[in-house]
Amino acid sequence: MDINFTPEDEAFRAEVRDFIEKNQPQHLKGVRRGEYRNKEDFLVWHRILYKKGWLVPSWPAPYGTNWTPTQKYIWNEENARAETPALLPFGLSMVGPVIYTFGTEEQKAKYIPGILSGDVWWCQGYSEPGAGSDLASLKTTAVREGDHYIVNGQKTWTTLAQFADWIFVLARTDKNAKAQEGISFLLVDMKTPGITVKPIITMDGGHEVNEVWFDNVKVPVENRIHEENKGWTCAKFLLSHERAGIAGVARSKRAISRLKDMLAMEVVDGEKLIDDPDFERKIAELEIDLTALEYTELRTLASEQSGKGPGLESSILKVKGTEIQQRITELVMEGVGYYSLPYSDPLAHNEFAPGPAYAEGTTQNYANMRKTSIYGGSNEIQRNIIAKMVLGL
Amino acid sequence: MDFSFTEEQNLLRNSVQKFVQNAYDFETRRKVSKSDAGWRKEIYGQLAEMGLLGVAVPEDFGGLGGSAVDSMIIAEEFGRALVIEPWLNNAVIATGFLKAAGSNAQKEELLGGIAAGETIFAFAYAEPQGRFNLADLTTTATKSGDGYVLNGTKAVVLGAPFANKLIVSARTSGGQRDADGVTLFVVDKSAKGVSTRDYPTVDGNRASEVSFDNVSVGADAVIGEVGKALPVIELVSDQAIAALTAEATGAMKVLNDTTIEYAKTRKQFGTPIGKFQVLQHRMVDMFMNYEQSVSIAYMVTLKLEEEAAERKKAASAAKVQIGKAGRFIGQSAVQIHGGMGMTDELNVGHYFKRLTMIDTLFGNVDHHLKRYASLS
Repeated sequence: MDINFTPEDEAFRAEVRDFIEKNQPQHLKGVRRGEYRNKEDFLVWHRILYKKGWLVPSWPAPYGTNWTPTQKYIWNEENARAETPALLPFGLSMVGPVIYTFGTEEQKAKYIPGILSGDVWWCQGYSEPGAGSDLASLKTTAVREGDHYIVNGQKTWTTLAQFADWIFVLARTDKNAKAQEGISFLLVDMKTPGITVKPIITMDGGHEVNEVWFDNVKVPVENRIHEENKGWTCAKFLLSHERAGIAGVARSKRAISRLKDMLAMEVVDGEKLIDDPDFERKIAELEIDLTALEYTELRTLASEQSGKGPGLESSILKVKGTEIQQRITELVMEGVGYYSLPYSDPLAHNEFAPGPAYAEGTTQNYANMRKTSIYGGSNEIQRNIIAKMVLGL
Repeated sequence: MDFSFTEEQNLLRNSVQKFVQNAYDFETRRKVSKSDAGWRKEIYGQLAEMGLLGVAVPEDFGGLGGSAVDSMIIAEEFGRALVIEPWLNNAVIATGFLKAAGSNAQKEELLGGIAAGETIFAFAYAEPQGRFNLADLTTTATKSGDGYVLNGTKAVVLGAPFANKLIVSARTSGGQRDADGVTLFVVDKSAKGVSTRDYPTVDGNRASEVSFDNVSVGADAVIGEVGKALPVIELVSDQAIAALTAEATGAMKVLNDTTIEYAKTRKQFGTPIGKFQVLQHRMVDMFMNYEQSVSIAYMVTLKLEEEAAERKKAASAAKVQIGKAGRFIGQSAVQIHGGMGMTDELNVGHYFKRLTMIDTLFGNVDHHLKRYASLS
């Protein structure tokens, strides 16, 4: 057991810090995704990293880097510290790994380059109005007709589908099989006739998620990943990958440091709010929770490195990680007092915003982050997974 | 001991319920809150006609002369409907100030207008550096001839865009946080030197940043005694807290009912999600949080007339209870509704946001825990 950084690690840190400083898009530093002005804002950092060859450190050869887990950890820390834009997960952490794991050579050649270059924007066609936590009860159908599937149904909570070029879809190809056994994993061009995207506005006023409707959408059979009716294998693989990145430790560290900066500017009875005993205790509890999670994540990374893959522990990371992210937004909101009340229109950038800049949209961010204990398999479902698969209950 | 309502109080509740059912369905409320005006003046006029704006105004001045329990009933029903119109600012806060400290001339001049819905107040008290300390004031009122000149800025003045008059707390003497030296003024919003910047709030209401730049007022603009307003501000804030507590219980009730109904009908894994024990226990906790909040709403309402220390403890206790319960119920309702709870379309998020905001008004949980402890 050793948690110290080697001189090589420190040299690596200096190298990545220098690179980030020189290359990060300054206009997006610390900007929340809901405030991005256009599609390119989501992609600019992606493209820079692609060019550098540092886009997908965790992918296997020939795509990834040969960084050690420590170096990946340092990379994440430095990105969080510099508040670089978070990369979109749909290609890099979701469909990409499914394609390089289960896809044919032709499929890899066709789809991976667009995922890496950022030229093809993916979105996730998983949840349905009747299939949320119980994903396997999905009703979207794909009926084979010659060389095509005809897809019908409705997906929902599809994040950023308004920008997407392609969608990966779980669809039922065998109605008579047991729930998980009749599902296939299909890649669908969003320009195909019969696809309609309808926005869902969330309570914070943002447009992040959508409904995606399929009305007799023709999908070539060659767009299926893995065998017919084996889509659930891909789905489960993807979900465990999705959970692994969900802890967000480095980003939470940075968010806590921002929170502390903010509390040092707020005053209560003429004293800094950060010196208020109530806040001191709350911050300490939060930092301790995060430290424990950080070491839990490091243990998971180490076990992944030894070839075990992200295991069921990823459910712990999801539950604790999201609880901490939510708690941070709660304390930010409490910290700004009355200036948590103004509503900030996420799309009107030059509108009058009362109070200090750090107070803008804090309650909306708190409201928005309630999604984290719902998405990616709700925290109740994660606890069920641990109860069943880890504790054997 | 008796926690029952009188026949008249039941009638009052019924008439308020009927009114909001007809005039305040959720879709209409959403449209109004997003409209340019942000409220409906005609609805405010109807509140006046029903006597709701003058519920606490003495009969001699054109009101109903009702009790704190009457106000509690109205606030609870308005909480269920997420009423935007500035009932609290006027029927509780402005009326409270005038009753507690207003001169006869001020009562004559203003109470009738409040009850009639013509004189519309907002209460400008919070300042950026003051957080929840009602005495932490940089707004000053300097003696000038017979009157005063006001200078300073007030933060997040709720309902100010709808108001034509302001009640303003300002320092006439003493240091920035001294208990002595705080004075209350009635200021016309249209007075020279008053400027406002209006904006929406997260719960679908409106507020303003209000600046006073050499605003002259006469001696008759002072409410109560010069330099001695802090105890009055504390009293009226506690009255407002009692009303907010009742309002919060109304919002909590809607969230609990909606969540239980959803859990009975939403099916996953072939069964209504309300059959899952982990969600049942959470909904039981929501229910218990609500019942505890109703209890504390009764308690604080009944103690508003007690001596100051007792009243303050009651108000702080209530604010702590609804702050915690509001957060738990709001978060749980969203969580149990899943993605649907996150949408703007469903009413759940709107009640969630209102309960979140109520925690901040007149001091949050931390503030009132300290206040309670300091009084114990």
